[in-house]
Amino acid sequence: MFDFIHSLWEACASFYLANAFVTVPLTKIVILFGVVMIIVAYSSLAERKVSALMQDRIGPNRTGIPLTLLGFKKDLNIAGLAQPIVDGLKFLLKEDLTPGHVKKFYYWLAPALAVAPAILSFAVVPFGSTLTICEKSYKMVIADVNVGFLYVFAITSIAVYGIVIAGWSSNSKFPFLGGVRSSAQMISYELSMGLSLVPVLLVIGNLNLSAIVDYQAQNGWSVVPFTNGAVGWKDGGLILQGFTWSKILLWIPMVISFVIFTVSIFAETNRAPFDLPESETELVGGYHTEYSSMKFALFFLGEYAAMITGCALIATLFLGGWHVPVPSIHFGGAGDWSISLITKTGADGTGWAFFNIACFFGKVIALIVFFMFIRWTVPRFRYDQLMKLGWVVLFELALANIVVTAVILAFLPK
Amino acid sequence: MATVQIPRPELSLIEKTYLPAIFGGLKITLKHLKESITGKTKVTMQYPEERWDSELPEHYRGVPALVTDDYGRERCVSCQLCEFICPPRAITITPGEIAEDAKFAKVEKFPEQFKIDMVRCIYCGMCEEVCPEQAIYLQKDYLVVGTTRAEMVHDKAKLYEIGGLKTGLVNKWDDKK
Repeated sequence: MFDFIHSLWEACASFYLANAFVTVPLTKIVILFGVVMIIVAYSSLAERKVSALMQDRIGPNRTGIPLTLLGFKKDLNIAGLAQPIVDGLKFLLKEDLTPGHVKKFYYWLAPALAVAPAILSFAVVPFGSTLTICEKSYKMVIADVNVGFLYVFAITSIAVYGIVIAGWSSNSKFPFLGGVRSSAQMISYELSMGLSLVPVLLVIGNLNLSAIVDYQAQNGWSVVPFTNGAVGWKDGGLILQGFTWSKILLWIPMVISFVIFTVSIFAETNRAPFDLPESETELVGGYHTEYSSMKFALFFLGEYAAMITGCALIATLFLGGWHVPVPSIHFGGAGDWSISLITKTGADGTGWAFFNIACFFGKVIALIVFFMFIRWTVPRFRYDQLMKLGWVVLFELALANIVVTAVILAFLPK
Repeated sequence: MATVQIPRPELSLIEKTYLPAIFGGLKITLKHLKESITGKTKVTMQYPEERWDSELPEHYRGVPALVTDDYGRERCVSCQLCEFICPPRAITITPGEIAEDAKFAKVEKFPEQFKIDMVRCIYCGMCEEVCPEQAIYLQKDYLVVGTTRAEMVHDKAKLYEIGGLKTGLVNKWDDKK
């Protein structure tokens, strides 16, 4: 029996390694998809919790595992942590109503189009350095493509179709208004989103997202450029590494880029204060008014998945992706000491590989929480304010930012 | 009256970026978040586990119930005033006659059946107000639940179970001294 299991295991392993071209990305896809879905589920709970705590309420804290259904004496109460599972079950069990007046094909297509792009762009985001398993090292990114950046733009442009088609195919006024608002908003902000990233490209000079993170690991993050710095004292002289003039000057356009990109991601993911497409108070829920059951849940899921992807992009492009500097202290007496920030990757050991992955998801989760803080703080924009901000402020600012970066790079080469 | 021209406030350049307003708002919401997490804010009562029973005011109007007096005699004499005054007509009384050889035969009447439909009851307290015998009182109980309409009708046994004994107040049926 043991021999049989052993030989089966061997056969599976050799099959896996022989077809590594297919199996390795597939494994990454399955694991990453699972992780993203878990984050989606729990960010919906976190959103309700955060909003409740900000408004002096308590939020969902009852839903546990109903052990009494299985004959136990007491339910397992885990502070409401089972809420996302129960929500999902509720959506699955609800009646899936297709109203008679909708355009059926597009009505069924729209929810899928709302979810797919959000998850698709995760494919090019590096979520860790390298992980070595069984003496083979794997890059922690599903598709390490050189057009990474353009791919992200192409996919996020598709994201608008889900909402537009939902609004149009629902064939009633509120979803239609939501769809119209959304298309206008997403097209406007896509412009400044794309332009805000040009300075980053000018500095880094690579479209591959893994290469962008590698660059930031070596030269400091885009927004926090001193993450590879070192301060020390040796032989009566001050050691100061990682503080160059070009870096300090480039810091300004990078921060502007970061702000524009973050604001654009807010608008692209239809999060408050840019949630005009689904403003409940005016549009009864906007583009998904006519949807019910799992189709509605898909829009919900798509919104959160888009938010996670957006946060992952912000983290990758501006906050160093999986990279977090580790302080290293060298002390050899009063005249010979240094504190430096060094980079640890998967090449330094498997522990560091997991550290990198944890750093990436930590940044993503921190950004999601930030998104939630903003949502429950800022009221919704008026429509003309939204358009003005997009076309008059952010667009011009992004253009000027490109020029500034180019001038700095021309006079102060790296 | 002189006309006062109030200038419309102009937003400064920094205010136009919305950023001060956003961070100002964040300061407030994060303060609330912090106070909620540290347990400084205490607004919600976790209802079934925590209850307000100890903080109920003296005049709280809960479910109406019948009471007995010092001798265990039921106070209600079936005068039906409460039935007539009851605004939602929740009370139904079936009057009966007390047997001549009973101890309190002079009371003459007693309720054979006394029903309060708690689905209809509006807890107004008019029955308590109108009762000449101090026989019906609004209690401090507020939890009336049932899965059928029939369960929600309190009959005489149930009403006495809720009400229990109340001493004093009425002594006109006592023996003459």
